[in-house]
Amino acid sequence: MLKRVHFPASLLPYLLVAPQVIITLIFFIWPASQAVYQSFLIEDAFGFSTEFVWFENFEYLLQDDHYRDSFGRTIFFSAAVAFLSMSFALILAGFADRVIRGSTTYRTLLIWPYAVAPVLAGALFLFMFNPTIGIFPYLLEMVGYDWNHYLNGRQAMFLVIIAAAWKQVAYNFLFYLAAMQSIPRSIIEAAAIDGAGPIRRFATIIFPLISPTTFFLLVINAVYAFFETFGIIHAVTQGGPANSTTTLVYKVYNDGFIGLDLGGSAAQSVILMFMVIVMTVIQFRFIEKRVQY
Amino acid sequence: MAGITLDSLTKSYGPTEVLHHIGADIEDGEFVVIVGPSGCGKSTLLRMIAGLESITSGEVFIGDKMVNGLEPADRDIAMVFQNYALYPHMTVRQNMAYGLKIRKMPKAEIDRRVQEAAEILEIAQYLDRKPRQLSGGQRQRVAMGRAIVRDPQVFLFDEPLSNLDAKLRVQMRLEIRKLQKRLGVTSIFVTHDQVEAMTLGDRLMVLNGGYVEQFGTPIELYERPASVFVAGFIGSPAMNFFRATADDLSVTLPNGAVVPTAQSARGGVICGLRPEHLVRDPSGPIEMEVELLEHLGGVTLLHGPLQGTDQQMVISLEGISEIQIGDSLRFSLPPELVHLFDAQTDRRIG
Repeated sequence: MLKRVHFPASLLPYLLVAPQVIITLIFFIWPASQAVYQSFLIEDAFGFSTEFVWFENFEYLLQDDHYRDSFGRTIFFSAAVAFLSMSFALILAGFADRVIRGSTTYRTLLIWPYAVAPVLAGALFLFMFNPTIGIFPYLLEMVGYDWNHYLNGRQAMFLVIIAAAWKQVAYNFLFYLAAMQSIPRSIIEAAAIDGAGPIRRFATIIFPLISPTTFFLLVINAVYAFFETFGIIHAVTQGGPANSTTTLVYKVYNDGFIGLDLGGSAAQSVILMFMVIVMTVIQFRFIEKRVQY
Repeated sequence: MAGITLDSLTKSYGPTEVLHHIGADIEDGEFVVIVGPSGCGKSTLLRMIAGLESITSGEVFIGDKMVNGLEPADRDIAMVFQNYALYPHMTVRQNMAYGLKIRKMPKAEIDRRVQEAAEILEIAQYLDRKPRQLSGGQRQRVAMGRAIVRDPQVFLFDEPLSNLDAKLRVQMRLEIRKLQKRLGVTSIFVTHDQVEAMTLGDRLMVLNGGYVEQFGTPIELYERPASVFVAGFIGSPAMNFFRATADDLSVTLPNGAVVPTAQSARGGVICGLRPEHLVRDPSGPIEMEVELLEHLGGVTLLHGPLQGTDQQMVISLEGISEIQIGDSLRFSLPPELVHLFDAQTDRRIG
């Protein structure tokens, strides 16, 4: 039996947690509850009348082809961003792990993109890929490829994926490098003596041993691509052309603030909220008991 | 099967040379132990033979083949690491089979070899477990198993016993020795433990500060240590050293005691006396005042200063002694058991 330590009752601990609780209540719980309440309402575009409609907004969403398309698009977008940024980070970390001379410089440079704000990252790619003045369309034209993401939805999607993945590479790289460097050197050396070349060592020893990190990053990247890429999309394509880059988060903004369908927008954000909760639960459970190998 | 030849092997990190022109001929099937204090370069030397560390200059031959430019995988060696370096995500069976699979050996042959090695090492019942489900001693066996299934020309051991507790270490030491004799594979074993070195090795290479102090059989090292370092390193408790003045076949200790010797020398020398060689002799030249007694059962250790000086010495007597603290006792030893070393070079005289 553990003996419980008793402290004299005092107001101090409550005072100390109070600021955190107040901030959470005002900036998180209250807006969230407002969103939930709002999602049960239908309001006309001018705000003259409001009607309480229970789940009608949700029912409408589930039947809405635009919403379902956006759902599918978001999943494709997230999967592509996660796959691209994680595989690039993995390759870079694999090389960085082998570098001995100048490794600090190399690592520092690779971490920089993470410090760039999403909107700026978007602006960077916007300029580089601008159909009239960008460098990439110019180069692509020389090999006979016509680039115009203002007209071509596939190209627009490709562009936001690249921009979003580029920004996340640095983060993934850090985690992968840390994971690789925590593998005891002697295990790699033992594999080398056993006859495994660098690529084989990577595939059969290093990659399986960093699988907990891969799983962790998968969740993090999915959350990132789902919820934190608004700035990039807003700067690069504004959801267009023809909604071809409208992800769920972008649609919440678009329907609510441009389309002024506050009820529908709130319903969408409630659905997103549940998705975040589910992902967070998955991640917490994962952190509690790490993947066993 | 193959011997190993090291020819003037040198290792530098930048301008700092850490191993200086190491040369040795290791015969086919021989068990050589590289022993020395930490930082003497023994692990570096082993890793250079394995190909895990680059060679600054000099050559390594395994058999008749110069292996300087070969990858570790192409040197036909197997290595057992201090922390075992088992692949944590693979079962014992997969760990042992890994190297064979890479060499594209037929499945049936792999199974046969793994089974055989597991039976030799008595780990057959653990083949489907993961390393983390095994005890330290069992992991050690798996690491050995991974080495022997490969059937290499050379085994390299990098302090494989230092993570085990004292009892298990003694047991594994004997097993490694038996296994090596049975397989007859040329082996190099690195350790800082002189008892391990003495019991395991056919020959010992004593390394100090990147130099080979002496390379010989355990008995040679004990009976004719080539330097003060070897003399102090081999044997427990350590040899007693005194600065002394030699005059042909005798030396004069700091307190004026004259001890006969078999080595002929003149002038300033270092005189070494092994604690276990001194015997009680009422007319002996060496007198010691007992300050501390250690009763170990089989032997009794006497600590105290050489009479008339403040130089501490140790004497080891057989059995349980009736000697009391404060006693002043006289000892002597046969002249051929007195070791003399040059006071300038620390090397053995004669």
